[in-house]
Amino acid sequence: MKAVLDLLEWIGSGVQMTFRTIRYFPHLPRQWRRLVDQCLFMGYATVPLVAILSFFIGAVLALQMGYSIIDFGAKQYIGSIVGLSMVRELSPVMTAVMVTGRVGSAVTAELASMKVYQEVDALRTMNIPPERFLVLPRLAAIIVVMPVLIMVSVVAGWIGGQVVSQVVPWIDITAQTYYNALKSFTDLDDVTDGVIKAELFGIGILLISSHIGLRTKGGPREIGAAVTRAVVVCIIFILIFDYFITNVLI
Amino acid sequence: MESTVTVEPVAVRIENLSKSYGEQEVLRGVSLEVKPGQIFVLMGPSGSGKSVLLRQVIGLEAPDQGEVLIGDHKAHIPSTHDVFRTALVFQAGALFNSMTVYDNLALYPREHRLYSESEIRDKVTSVMKALSIETAGRKIPAELSGGMKKRVAVARAIIMEPQLILYDEPTSELDPILSATTSELIATISRETGATSLVVTHDRDLALSIADQVALLMNGRMVFTGTPGELSRSEDSRVREFMNPSIDPHNPRFRKQENDA
Ligand SMILES: Nc1ncnc2c1ncn2[C@@H]1O[C@H](COP(=O)(O)OP(=O)(O)O)[C@@H](O)[C@H]1O
Ligand SMILES: [Mg+2]
Repeated sequence: MKAVLDLLEWIGSGVQMTFRTIRYFPHLPRQWRRLVDQCLFMGYATVPLVAILSFFIGAVLALQMGYSIIDFGAKQYIGSIVGLSMVRELSPVMTAVMVTGRVGSAVTAELASMKVYQEVDALRTMNIPPERFLVLPRLAAIIVVMPVLIMVSVVAGWIGGQVVSQVVPWIDITAQTYYNALKSFTDLDDVTDGVIKAELFGIGILLISSHIGLRTKGGPREIGAAVTRAVVVCIIFILIFDYFITNVLI
Repeated sequence: MESTVTVEPVAVRIENLSKSYGEQEVLRGVSLEVKPGQIFVLMGPSGSGKSVLLRQVIGLEAPDQGEVLIGDHKAHIPSTHDVFRTALVFQAGALFNSMTVYDNLALYPREHRLYSESEIRDKVTSVMKALSIETAGRKIPAELSGGMKKRVAVARAIIMEPQLILYDEPTSELDPILSATTSELIATISRETGATSLVVTHDRDLALSIADQVALLMNGRMVFTGTPGELSRSEDSRVREFMNPSIDPHNPRFRKQENDA
């Protein structure tokens, strides 16, 4: 019973933080320096990682699919399978997981440390709401960065699939065949759905990790615990939310 | 300090304030009154609830019972701190570790758009000069000594041009000379800005040298309120014990130290 109440209280205060942050959106132009800093940080931290990992996800996908469908004589469709799987499902989810690891954990660590060392209290005594000063620029930054990351991931995955389809001797299809299949099965709707998914994941990750950071209590030891908790909660969120959002978008 | 701006001081009134954390009753019916422009020094042993009391006055937490009033506004309501400017100098500084000292000081006027960037630069520079921290501008707080950090924390509060300044243990962890300088600094700030000061400390010298009013908090209850003179003359055994902690002169450990010296 206590656990349920605690969970409800946690969700309630998270929702409250979210609404406060949204209310401060008109202040965004005043926080633009912090916004740019955050975008750069998030970009630097995640773009290379997302590109490399997505390349290999596309590659593995092509390999698996090639192996499964070659007996049906359908290998010229590898491009469409890799293309669709990446853009609709794997890129958003894998990008979100990497953003959790690189950005979510950093946000929680930073805010938790500010909370523990009373910097958040200091902000409040200066009449500077932490939602406006700390959460808003990060939230806006993730909204800007997520579409970029997802496009990087999708393109890297597509290239990974293509390279494998061409160089693995028993698949051996040309780049032209691969991309023709990809183009004829993937349209703009798939891309927008992928971007929407990624955007929602990004917003969720940021709100969860900010909320957990700002609620940290106790001494410096709690900072590490908060980061771990944030990563776990974000990944659970991504996988469960993915099911429902996929249902809606399909 | 020609850098400071005179402000309209504000009164603080605490009536029957109680605050508990879980089972632990930290404040049990505390009352006090700080008149506008006064330096009020609240003393008490460690753990007596002094910091908790300051958090109520600055509005970070709400009372369980009783009232904390700034002027005639309740302290825990955020809008009170729009009506009156209040600042708290945290015991550990609570400086923003990811910003330079300069940015720490400039943050309040920048966020509240009080002045243009060049006016802010002038103000910050002159406050830094007044507190002899002008060499620290480009450093980050982690690179500062303890005494320097305290002064930066004071500077960050003064820049807010507060009508009420709260100091949490401003002289703890400072050597005797820096402590004396800090006491003087608090008196100077009070004199030149006219702001009301509420200082929490267990430093008797600080209390006796600068206070208009002194109070003694023990176990969450107020055991004395009066002038520094009255405090020194008090016959109350708890006050006497706090002001002159008895050391048994026959205890061999102390005799030995005397002989060594
Ligand atoms: N947020 C809190 N949660 C639980 N206990 C607290 C909290 N803040 C203070 N306390 C307890 O209240 C008591 C008084 O603390 P404090 O006001 O910091 O003492 P001091 O007079 O030394 O400043 C201490 O026993 C402390 O453990
Ligand atoms: Mg204290």
